[in-house]
Amino acid sequence: MLRDIFNKKRKYASLPNQEGKQDVPEGLMQKCPGCNKIYYRKELERNLNVCPHCDYHHQQNAYERLESLLEKDSFEEWDRYMVSTNPLGFPEYEEKLEKDRKKSGLNEAVITGKGKIRGYETAIAVMDARFRMGSMGAVVGEKIANAIEQARKEKIPFIIFTASGGARMQEGVISLMQMTKTSVAIQRLHAEGGLMISVMTHPTTGGVSASFASLGDFNFAEPGALIGFAGRRIIEQTIREKLPEDFQTAEFLLKHGQLDDVVHRHDLKNKLETILSIHQPGGELS
Amino acid sequence: MKQVLDFEKPVIELRGKIEELKKLTQESEMDLSEEIETLEQRLEKLEEDVYDRLTPWNRVQMARHPERPTTLDYIHSIFTDFMELHGDRLYGDDEAIVAGIAKYKNQPVTVIGHQRGKDTKENLRRNFGMPHPEGYRKALRLMKQADKFNRPIVCFIDTKGAYPGKAAEERGQSEAIARNLMEMAGLTVPVVCIVIGEGGSGGALALGVGDHIHMLENSTYSVISPEGAAALLWKDSNLAQNAAETMKITSYDLKELGIVDKVIPEIRGGAHRDIKGQAKKIDQVLQESLEGLKSLSKEELLETRWEKYKKIGDYTTLPL
Ligand SMILES: [Zn+2]
Repeated sequence: MLRDIFNKKRKYASLPNQEGKQDVPEGLMQKCPGCNKIYYRKELERNLNVCPHCDYHHQQNAYERLESLLEKDSFEEWDRYMVSTNPLGFPEYEEKLEKDRKKSGLNEAVITGKGKIRGYETAIAVMDARFRMGSMGAVVGEKIANAIEQARKEKIPFIIFTASGGARMQEGVISLMQMTKTSVAIQRLHAEGGLMISVMTHPTTGGVSASFASLGDFNFAEPGALIGFAGRRIIEQTIREKLPEDFQTAEFLLKHGQLDDVVHRHDLKNKLETILSIHQPGGELS
Repeated sequence: MKQVLDFEKPVIELRGKIEELKKLTQESEMDLSEEIETLEQRLEKLEEDVYDRLTPWNRVQMARHPERPTTLDYIHSIFTDFMELHGDRLYGDDEAIVAGIAKYKNQPVTVIGHQRGKDTKENLRRNFGMPHPEGYRKALRLMKQADKFNRPIVCFIDTKGAYPGKAAEERGQSEAIARNLMEMAGLTVPVVCIVIGEGGSGGALALGVGDHIHMLENSTYSVISPEGAAALLWKDSNLAQNAAETMKITSYDLKELGIVDKVIPEIRGGAHRDIKGQAKKIDQVLQESLEGLKSLSKEELLETRWEKYKKIGDYTTLPL
């Protein structure tokens, strides 16, 4: 009963969970975790992976994101073939990377490069949760830091779409230090008046939430995205109380003053264009 | 009475036996000096065996020793005129972090560190050294003050991590940590960070963007606790000892990975055996650090800091 009231108030609060997992043929059809309706994947894709019935924001992978935002053929990818060396000699890590490369068609959990959004040239980084849950190791840190540096040098804006479970455990403290590496790069960008926009998508947690994701001049999030530092279960164990259902959602963060806005995917390109046009390339007055 | 860790029991027992014999010699007319000397030699050998070959897990135990010296212990031994300053001016004062101004060999400095409690009562007040956002924001406020007045900053790192709580999330734990990383990167004064106990993940890192990072020999720095890693990797937190090895979290590991500048040797048996003695060893390294950084211009400081962090983390190119 109480749940019903909640659901009416907050359309986006429920996150993908076991119930939402599809018991329908994979590929062709898709069941929506938001409204439980089953529809054709094509229908969903045509709608930027937003449920046409309930507005639930399904994840967009990095390629879909780039395609939906950038002018056709404007994208130039950077550091495409950069891969991990397994610095700690972590058991089975290389196999896991290889498996994810095959599964996702990506070499790592982030794609970086530059492209044009409605005429505005921008450096862009898009994380993809299909690769090691979007976790950040040395390669993700290095690619993002390089992209930020390139934006600074070319005096173009930097836009990042985050989707990550946080630091990558298999690279231990090296992955932790990528939080520093990317943050130092952002400091250099900001010091020279560069513009940075962060768009947090589902999920953005741990070390990614506690570094570059939170350091934009503008910090946005997609509806319903899970965003937070510590995991829900750890918090519940620590404070020994049940957390509200909407805890750590984009809407929760907005309410607590942690975001500039929650932006519907259909409005995103327009909003980005407005910000880019207000700031001009590089964030300088002209 | 110092708390005894399991692996050091033989040492403590033998040491006790020697004390007993010494007492006996004093109280009675017996001459036991020969026996005592033999035992002392054996003790020396045993101490070497136990303390000079600590496993990663032993070091975790040392880093967590309830009597391990805290930030305030070192502040009072290394600096003079320390004046603690409170509050983030936004929400409150987080006692899991102490911060203030002081003099180091007559030079002004700002000192900041995570602060655990020495007993349950103090630990409750200090939240076991696990900060909320206001703790990090207090630290940042005072770092900016140090920057304004051009005095070096010394940070002591000693936390299991940022507090995983409801209020902490509501007030922006992520943002507070992220902002510290970014703002510390832009400080134009020397920043020296010293890990003295546990360096737990982002909560440690938020005081850890320094020009030099040093670690006490038996301290740890990790992305996740050994228990947490074991639970994730092998679904069994009892395998924490293995995780302590796999995750490469000791001072020597971090030195090898090129993250840490210096490993500060510890008093044999752990820093808690002689706080003053340990403080002296820290003092030496700190002095060298600050001396070396003094000669850098503001621009050089920023550039070398960037280079330091840019080079952490290896990668390679996928063969085509
Ligand atoms: Zn739906």
